[in-house]
Amino acid sequence: MLDDFLIRATLAGLGVALAAAPMGCFVVWRRMAYFGDATAHASILGVAIALALSVSVFLGAMAMALLMALAVTALSGRGYAVDTLLGVLAHSALAFGLVAVSFLSGVRIDLMAYLFGDILAVGKTDLALIWGGAALVLALLTWRWSALLTATLNPDLAHASGIDPRREQLVLTLALAVVVAVAIKVVGVLLIAALLIIPAAAARPFARTPEGMAVIAVLVAGLSVLGGLQASLMFDTPTGPSIVCIAALIFAGSALGTSLRRG
Amino acid sequence: MSLIEARDLSVRYGGHTVLSHVDMSIDKGEIVTIVGPNGSGKSTLLRAIIGAVPVASGRLIRDAGVSIGYVPQKLAIDPTLPMTVARFMSLPRRQHPADVAAALEQAGVPDLSTRQMTDLSGGQFQRVLLARALLAKPDLLLLDEATQGLDQPGSAAFYRQIEDVRRRLGCAVLMVSHELHVVMSASDRVICLNGHVCCQGTPEIVASAPEYRALFGTGTQGALALYRHDHNHSHDDGCDHDHGHAHDHAHDTGVIPLHQTTRDKVH
Repeated sequence: MLDDFLIRATLAGLGVALAAAPMGCFVVWRRMAYFGDATAHASILGVAIALALSVSVFLGAMAMALLMALAVTALSGRGYAVDTLLGVLAHSALAFGLVAVSFLSGVRIDLMAYLFGDILAVGKTDLALIWGGAALVLALLTWRWSALLTATLNPDLAHASGIDPRREQLVLTLALAVVVAVAIKVVGVLLIAALLIIPAAAARPFARTPEGMAVIAVLVAGLSVLGGLQASLMFDTPTGPSIVCIAALIFAGSALGTSLRRG
Repeated sequence: MSLIEARDLSVRYGGHTVLSHVDMSIDKGEIVTIVGPNGSGKSTLLRAIIGAVPVASGRLIRDAGVSIGYVPQKLAIDPTLPMTVARFMSLPRRQHPADVAAALEQAGVPDLSTRQMTDLSGGQFQRVLLARALLAKPDLLLLDEATQGLDQPGSAAFYRQIEDVRRRLGCAVLMVSHELHVVMSASDRVICLNGHVCCQGTPEIVASAPEYRALFGTGTQGALALYRHDHNHSHDDGCDHDHGHAHDHAHDTGVIPLHQTTRDKVH
């Protein structure tokens, strides 16, 4: 069954959706959208370094994403506004990554595959990594769910309940790095943030509780993957961007429906 | 045995000292109010007690097994975060629905559990925060300017609720307030704070203390003087005449404090 590239692509996409959607809810609730974007962009430098050292691209991307996220966390509040800092670090990392890739003359690298994803080329090893990573993210989020939510609501409220908000921030940062690493193959570094934010945003109007929003976001992300794959086969369009387009259409429908309902 | 005791407690924030050498304690069942001008470290003291800010020196002694319920100054829930009152009450630990209903009842908002947090009025929101704090079965309830943003009748009703809760549960209450007239009638003890403890005692004692009058004045019940006197003042001038007039400060006997402004010197 896994010999069919389409089945592998579908499973890979669903694996990423399963991890990215709940993570994306926290990104939206904590207003970390730009943070997520910056972390994802930085990972291309990790890809370049990994290729140069002939180590796993997955690990390289994850390490770089983690490093980036930790650097931003450590540097914020030291004279620069966070958005300025993110703009500097993210685009620098992206630029250095692109330059670094150009030095790798020995290997022929399809840069587009890392920038926009290449879900149809997902192999069995990739699939194992994606589902392993997704399982890790889900386990991490489920384990810390209540503490993460409390810290997201208010850091002092968390302290009063014996929760250290900085530790929860670290858990989220770690989960984000894993999501970035598993999503590169599917949508590429430039569109990872879309897969985090759009399903969560589309789910918001239909949810009454945080848990409800996470579940609906997973459904939206899954639907986007299936629809995007189908559309890309029908119209012969790039798959990663097609997935994001479907997610965007669902978001538009959700937003329109909400405003009509409110009259 | 005090529930909480601060001994020679100092707290620093980014290089400058917010609280220095604070000694205070709170006993079972007491209502203690902290008053002081803006930036005097009132909220910082509460945040130090819950462990949200590190202690720079001195000690904070918490009696073994003391349970604390905390009501924060303000809680901005992001509109992208859907949250019913019932779900909020179960954070971070899941609570039995009957306990949630009882706590909401005690806080005076029995029928709100299915509402969204973002749809509540200011008064309802504060009561839900109070109800959540009550779920911890607190021995000590900490309230940080819990009536900020409520109108006068609203905040008066909220304080009556607090007294009612104290009477029913027997918990001690430590609160920060700007509303001196309420404080003076509702508290067993008042701590007047301005980076350090200026004075403390029963409302009557504090109200007549020269340190307190230097900070808040007398004639206006302090409401006006509150914002005028946020500079450091000296205590050892020994004068006890009326400081309540408009340009009041307690230094006209010749002790010139470090932070005195030129305007004050001219005066």
